[in-house]
Amino acid sequence: MTTAPEVGRDRRRKEDARLITGRTNWTDNIQLPGMLYVAFLRSPMAHARIRNVDVSGVLGQDGVVAAYTGADLAAEQGSLPCAWPVTEDIVIPDHPPMAVDEVRYVGEAVACVVATDRYVAADMLELIEIDYEPLPPVLDMEAALAEGASLVHSDKGTNASFTWPFSAGDVDAAFGDDAVVVSRRYVQQRLIPAAMEPRSVVVAPEGDGYTMWSATQIPHVLRLMLAMVTGIAEHQLRVVAPDVGGGFGSKLQVTAEEVITLLLAKRLRKPVKWTEGRTEGIQTTHHGRDQIQKVALAADRDGRFRGLKIELLADMGAYLMLVTPGVPLLGAFMFPAIYKFDAYSFTCTGVFTTKMPTDAYRGAGRPEATYAIERLVDEMAVELRMDPMELRRRNWIKHEEFPYTTIATLTYDTGNYEAATEKALQLFGYDKLRAEQADRRERGDAVQLGIGISTFTEMCGLAPSRILGQLAYGAGGWESASVRMLPTGKVEVVTGSSAHGQGHETAWSQIAADQLGVPFEDVTVLHGDTRVSPKGMDTYGSRSLAVGGTALVQACDRVVDKAKRIAAHMLEASEEDIEFEGGTFRVRGTPEPATTIQEVALATFAAHDLPEGVEASLDSDATFDPENFSYPHGTHLCAAEVDTETGMVKLRSYVAVDDVGVVINPLIVEGQVHGGLAQGIAQALYEEAVYDSEGNLLTSTLADYLIPSAADLPEFVTDRTETPSTTNPLGVKGVGEAGTIASTPAVVNAVVDAIRQFGVNDVPMPCSPEHVWRAIQEAGGEPATTLGRGPGR
Amino acid sequence: MPRVRTTVDGVTYEGEVEARLLLTHYLRDRLGKVGTPIGCDTSNCGACTVLLDGMSVKSCTMLAVQADGSEITTIEGLDGQAAASANGEAAGHPVQKAFREFHALQCGYCTPGMIMAAVDLLRDNPDPSDTEIREGLEGNLCRCTGYVNIVRAVQSAAAELRGTPS
Ligand code: FES
Ligand code: FES
Repeated sequence: MTTAPEVGRDRRRKEDARLITGRTNWTDNIQLPGMLYVAFLRSPMAHARIRNVDVSGVLGQDGVVAAYTGADLAAEQGSLPCAWPVTEDIVIPDHPPMAVDEVRYVGEAVACVVATDRYVAADMLELIEIDYEPLPPVLDMEAALAEGASLVHSDKGTNASFTWPFSAGDVDAAFGDDAVVVSRRYVQQRLIPAAMEPRSVVVAPEGDGYTMWSATQIPHVLRLMLAMVTGIAEHQLRVVAPDVGGGFGSKLQVTAEEVITLLLAKRLRKPVKWTEGRTEGIQTTHHGRDQIQKVALAADRDGRFRGLKIELLADMGAYLMLVTPGVPLLGAFMFPAIYKFDAYSFTCTGVFTTKMPTDAYRGAGRPEATYAIERLVDEMAVELRMDPMELRRRNWIKHEEFPYTTIATLTYDTGNYEAATEKALQLFGYDKLRAEQADRRERGDAVQLGIGISTFTEMCGLAPSRILGQLAYGAGGWESASVRMLPTGKVEVVTGSSAHGQGHETAWSQIAADQLGVPFEDVTVLHGDTRVSPKGMDTYGSRSLAVGGTALVQACDRVVDKAKRIAAHMLEASEEDIEFEGGTFRVRGTPEPATTIQEVALATFAAHDLPEGVEASLDSDATFDPENFSYPHGTHLCAAEVDTETGMVKLRSYVAVDDVGVVINPLIVEGQVHGGLAQGIAQALYEEAVYDSEGNLLTSTLADYLIPSAADLPEFVTDRTETPSTTNPLGVKGVGEAGTIASTPAVVNAVVDAIRQFGVNDVPMPCSPEHVWRAIQEAGGEPATTLGRGPGR
Repeated sequence: MPRVRTTVDGVTYEGEVEARLLLTHYLRDRLGKVGTPIGCDTSNCGACTVLLDGMSVKSCTMLAVQADGSEITTIEGLDGQAAASANGEAAGHPVQKAFREFHALQCGYCTPGMIMAAVDLLRDNPDPSDTEIREGLEGNLCRCTGYVNIVRAVQSAAAELRGTPS
């Protein structure tokens, strides 16, 4: 029986049945007999020497089981890992999970209490005595690099962790006297990822080993790292990521609390749980972005781009966490974006400050790069008095030029920027909005209209292991899959990537259903438990489908190959004459005899009559290592209304046309785009983590840190073009980060465009009413044209 | 210690609680009603929303003792028949079904609260505009979906509840 392919269908998600009815398994739901709760005492100082910590007042109190300082655990707690030492001479400070001698950011753990009840554990923190000797906070990256600056790590002699350079082509020539040059300084504000599920970890001693349940994106990487940090043998550790409530990079981490909870379970031989409060989470779950970008674009008078120069300062925070220094490098390759250049130079210095460490946050390096280039292109268009879309057209890689090797040495396999742009312009009504903009300017309307463009690409499918090796990353970028054919013909798919909202259970079922010719409903997808899926590189960097999905295809192919031999034997034909389609094996060119893959599965299980030398199993594994990244792209257009009197920005319309290659499930893809847009727009308009001059995080609750609600965001218009990737057999590219990467510059370009006639050429993010209003005032507050404003305004 | 008597999803519970115990911890830790999650400590996120005598409340803003004598409905009891079927066929309250149909959830952490808030919103306003839905759900944060599909789901559920399928 041939059925319609599953790939491309908007299947409703399998995971939803439990999520909409509350039958979920969040880590904090877990209750085990005799379970203990841990609470952490955290530093209120941004930088201080710990003179003395005394937990003796806690011991012996009702319900208290134990209390420890960093010094108590110093011998076994190790140092939290950084897996990406980006240069040979990188400075990597020790990072004890609980501070021993010195604290370097507000929120750093200094002691812990273990009690029989979570309220008691929290209460007892007050009874810990601690004596700090204040040290100067280090809060500003540029000041931190100046001669004589106070040091975050005094033993290192510098606040610079590393400088990573790249250059290609003759940059001096590109920026020669005959070039038109636009130079800018942009600030990528610090952001709080704020997944809705707080971090949580439970560790239970089991036999000689331990099981850890953690709200993590990376159970496999975590297990390996825990073994390396604590010395507990890897085979005695099982890590489970049960239902995980969002991550966006923030759960791509090996955290202090995971290490300490494990050590407490080991010492006390009892299950131990820790769940962060939201304030604790905002302070101590890693932050994202935080870069100062000095950028310059050189072009010919006729608008042809010649060169690009990027100088970054990237705030590492107080320590290097799992991939902290690698994040700006992921951006290094993306500044040239979809454009052709003669020359490119990039340098990034990682800087220590007394703030929470930064690390991956949705897009990780690529949003920063895309922002800078897409803002710069708009500024160049103004300089050249050219339509910003026309300037992009003149410089982007044309569809017939793929595969194309960029100045940053990446080879983009496929793309069609013309097609995506064409579609976006139609949906948006570009010409009409430009006419309205002109009209509002003419009238001197208090509410001005701006149009923002973002023609972006990004790199997904992390990552070819060979390239990761060249970039000094500590591991590879492969992914694994296993397919188990059960005797009844039902299928278990095991994937090494670890979903936390992406819908793997549905999409992987669709892929397996097509490959094996079995019903969608007959497939179960298992993930996120190192005992069930022993091999994996987990989920981040829009990699799951391009890498893990390909591994699944390969594993399915192997199942079919094995089944074909047995089917040939059953059908008394030679293997070469057997064809497989829609779940049925038959002798080529004849309808009968035939046998289904389910019948073969049962015959294989029974094993009564297998061909000579064939083992009684169809189960297969595959590990796929991509040869290249994949490169989703798209054109996003934003129309923003800016009230020039209040600075208030209102998004009037937002059109996103994305090319993410072949789509397995359009419903899931659209959802990923929507959510990505929300986060990118949030950076443009709402969110900023603010530290005061003492190093206190002022935005440490959801009342102060403005995650947009439904009332703050517009309806989105989304559509797609489809240019299959040629680097994987599915033709997929990845979609998890596209919306976030594209939307921030689209929105800010629209805001700046709306008020450019006042002489404004930038508004610092977030474009809050205050920032917008100030930008207008600082530019003089009057339109630069002679149009003037009507009376009464 | 004070005694508290509540009926939660049709089952009556009675027992002593610490006076300071939050309703949300009472539900999760004492009664095992872990379908209702916690997302913050400042009553901003709405993840913990339940119906208390038919009205939506953020269960982290109340003490368990304040719920004494009340009838509470959580996501687990929104529809008596709403069992999660292995293959995920649609089951449950029209709002639950619409959330699945319109892909109004990704990680699902905000979903119990979002659904309970939407149920209350539609009780109040059976035929809301998109703007009214967006404003009505302002107290419930979702970090995954961008809200577009949530608005679509609530519109569709509203139509079904009114008996005029969209
Ligand atoms: S947990 Fe109740 S509002 Fe956030
Ligand atoms: S679905 Fe993840 S927070 Fe809403």
